[in-house]
Amino acid sequence: MSATAPPAHWRRMRERYRLLGSRCETCGATFFPTTKVCPKCRRKGKIAQVEFSGRGKVYSYTVIHSAPKMFEQFTPAVVALVQLEEGPMVLSQIVDTDHKELKVGMEVEACFRKLFEQEQSGIISYGFKFRPVNDHWGKYYDNKDI
Amino acid sequence: MLKKREVAVISAVTTKCGEHWDKGIKDLAWEAGVKAVEEAGISGKDIEYLVVGNMSGGMFVGQEHIGALVADFLGLNPIPSLRVEAACASGGVAFYQGYLAVASGLYDVVAVGGVEKMTDVEPEQATSVLAGAMDFEWEAYFGATFPALYALIATRYMHEYRLKPETLAKIAVKNHYYGSLNPLAHFRNKITVEEALTSPLVADPLRKYDCSPISDGAAVAILAPLDIAKKYTDTPIVVEASAIASDTLSLLKRRDLCTLDATVNAANKAFQLAHIEREDVDLIEVHDCFSIAELLAIEDLGFCKKGEAQNLVEEGQTYIGGRIPVNTDGGLKAAGHPVGATGVKQIAELVKQLRGEADKGRQVDGAEVGLAHNIGGTGATAVVTILSRRGA
Amino acid sequence: MKVGIVGYGAYIPKWRIKAENIAKVWGQDAQTITNGIGVHEKSVPSLDEDTATIAVEAARNAMKRANGVKPSEISAVYVGSESHPYAVKPTAVTVAEALGLTPYVTAADTEFACKAATAGIQACLGLVKGGYMKYGMSIGADTAQSAPGDALEYTAAAGGAAYIIGGDGVLAEIEGTCSYTQDVPDFWRREGSLYPKHAGRFTGEPAYFEQIVKCSKSLMEKLGTKPSDYTYVVFHMPNGKFPLKAASILGFDTKQVTPSLIVQKIGNTYSGSSLLGLAAVLDRAKPGERVLMTSYGSGAGSDSFSITVTDQIEERRRLAPPVQYYIERKGYLSYSIYAKNRKLFRE
Repeated sequence: MSATAPPAHWRRMRERYRLLGSRCETCGATFFPTTKVCPKCRRKGKIAQVEFSGRGKVYSYTVIHSAPKMFEQFTPAVVALVQLEEGPMVLSQIVDTDHKELKVGMEVEACFRKLFEQEQSGIISYGFKFRPVNDHWGKYYDNKDI
Repeated sequence: MLKKREVAVISAVTTKCGEHWDKGIKDLAWEAGVKAVEEAGISGKDIEYLVVGNMSGGMFVGQEHIGALVADFLGLNPIPSLRVEAACASGGVAFYQGYLAVASGLYDVVAVGGVEKMTDVEPEQATSVLAGAMDFEWEAYFGATFPALYALIATRYMHEYRLKPETLAKIAVKNHYYGSLNPLAHFRNKITVEEALTSPLVADPLRKYDCSPISDGAAVAILAPLDIAKKYTDTPIVVEASAIASDTLSLLKRRDLCTLDATVNAANKAFQLAHIEREDVDLIEVHDCFSIAELLAIEDLGFCKKGEAQNLVEEGQTYIGGRIPVNTDGGLKAAGHPVGATGVKQIAELVKQLRGEADKGRQVDGAEVGLAHNIGGTGATAVVTILSRRGA
Repeated sequence: MKVGIVGYGAYIPKWRIKAENIAKVWGQDAQTITNGIGVHEKSVPSLDEDTATIAVEAARNAMKRANGVKPSEISAVYVGSESHPYAVKPTAVTVAEALGLTPYVTAADTEFACKAATAGIQACLGLVKGGYMKYGMSIGADTAQSAPGDALEYTAAAGGAAYIIGGDGVLAEIEGTCSYTQDVPDFWRREGSLYPKHAGRFTGEPAYFEQIVKCSKSLMEKLGTKPSDYTYVVFHMPNGKFPLKAASILGFDTKQVTPSLIVQKIGNTYSGSSLLGLAAVLDRAKPGERVLMTSYGSGAGSDSFSITVTDQIEERRRLAPPVQYYIERKGYLSYSIYAKNRKLFRE
């Protein structure tokens, strides 16, 4: 499909690899996907690239049971709208999660995964997905016996 | 600015929707076109302009140039013909274009068509084609499907307004009930809440019976200025208003995930232009591509407050005899959803109802005013058209 | 100039399969197998994880610990693996792009069975010490292949570790390195073959032990150190037994080996193996403690490193999750789902 052709993949690659968006330096608003114009400041706006932290909360989610061919192997896959801590909303899959723990408001962080492969001999598209946040690993450093 | 003329529908027809293995895109367009011309009592030569709604002839059947194709097969050459595309709102947008052409005074008799041949591709392929109506780079690329996007709305709606899956099931049950009474419907079987709730999950919480089918079908409407329309029919159906509004292509930048702002804006504009109040509307044909979409439409069109459409459904108020009958032909769910044709098919249903010609058991008694609501994508395009039998 | 590890990061996929579930499929006795190889379960990648994604996750953790190192200051990225996603098109460019290191950076994939990434560390040491760049990064990551039913299936695992090498902000100094290499046909995979082959017990004496022992000895002789100078010793871990035997041949005791012996719980992560073992040691080592690490790659060769932990370790390691966190973050798969994830079903 032309929409997944190597040049089309490449044009958006950095944004997908690093979760890049835009920030208006005039008003401070952040945007995803990247924008060329700040809708509030218009011509007075100054748009800069921003790398989001990847932290966010699940705004809504679904478990897909019926998917097009290129995503078929991942079903049942969790797709969610995630509201980033900087504000913008992004859509991607939630991985490494038990479907039973899914809920609106769940804290997630971005990770780097394969989005799909174009046939066995085609290019591989990578990008951000999300996984549940675990902030409790600090305890391991306090336990002398690890 | 040209002075606006009053526009009326002389005839509006639809083919049966479903899996038409024996019919291609040309056959479907021909069948609807001939039927519309016959019903209008006009000659093909009277048609001055043709607008056809079609979402993706190229991806579904490898055929583009649909405007010329339909003009050719209906023997309309050399009149101007064109195709318009707004995903699943292609039909509604085609109707709007035909309406503008007549209202502006540029043309008198205009044919508006909608056609889609969807079953020549495998269902997974159809899912991919339909995904072209969302933001491919930031939604489909990350694994979203259309059922998934509406499921995201449904999950959020359930979170905010305590909606239960049973209520969504009741929407499907109603639409299948009216489909059973409609000989042109894709599905003619009645279903139970139990069946809907135990049907396979497509995108949680949406199940098979929450989703409209992949259908083949076509619909055509013939428009003319009201005074000319009266020459052809005793019951011209007046186009009181037709309005379109746009919103963000993707769900990422919506003001509110549970409101389709395009519907709100198109509806407000249409009611304002028509000088008609919501309580004067006798029935509505809404874009229930998914059960949750019917719920959103009832609210966003202004028939109740956000979060309250579930009460109307639970109380049976969306059946004929209730406060606001919804989708008396079975809707997209049961009557079928040949995407490019759907917007025109809705007009055909309203015309039938307003003329009192609906099938037994599904006629809204004394219907004077009807509203059609057609959506493209997840609400990036909304078309709202209000019709009345004022001209009869 | 003190040169060494400025940042390190680990990553292990969440999923595991137990040896007993593999044994059941092939009609083998699980107890005999686990006793023999000392591996009880191994890590398995998700369908959407490969060497590139594992390398990026490990590298991002390394960046967190390399406090203050700007992406633009890292001028070399090497990814060592036996399971690069492409035969032609470097994993290292994907990693460099995902970390924002591009475009003024050299990137290359290295291959030397399980020691490809320690070769990358040596290259970084040379480039940094030679003054060609401020920082370099080497990552060992694998989604190790094994033929269904092969003995390797009990151990071939997925995981990786990344190391940023530099002379500024060193949290573990590398005082010396040396290598030991010969042509030994103990384990190989031909171009176009899906799974590696191995020469059974021949992989032991003339291959693993010969290189590991000689290489380690050579480095200690060069530096004038002895096993008792090291608090920890880390070896490549093809199974749970070989590292212990190598340690005993060299005169290390078990206590020096066990902190890095993570193979029992996650299996052999190939190019990630010795580097994940080192990461596990850095997660607990105290300033001033010394570590001897010797990798092993079939074919065959070893790289030895003598490392002294600096006082920066305690503060900086807390900036990213430890190996133990990843070991305990787990969910189990059945053999059938494992087979699907590892693409053992083919059309």
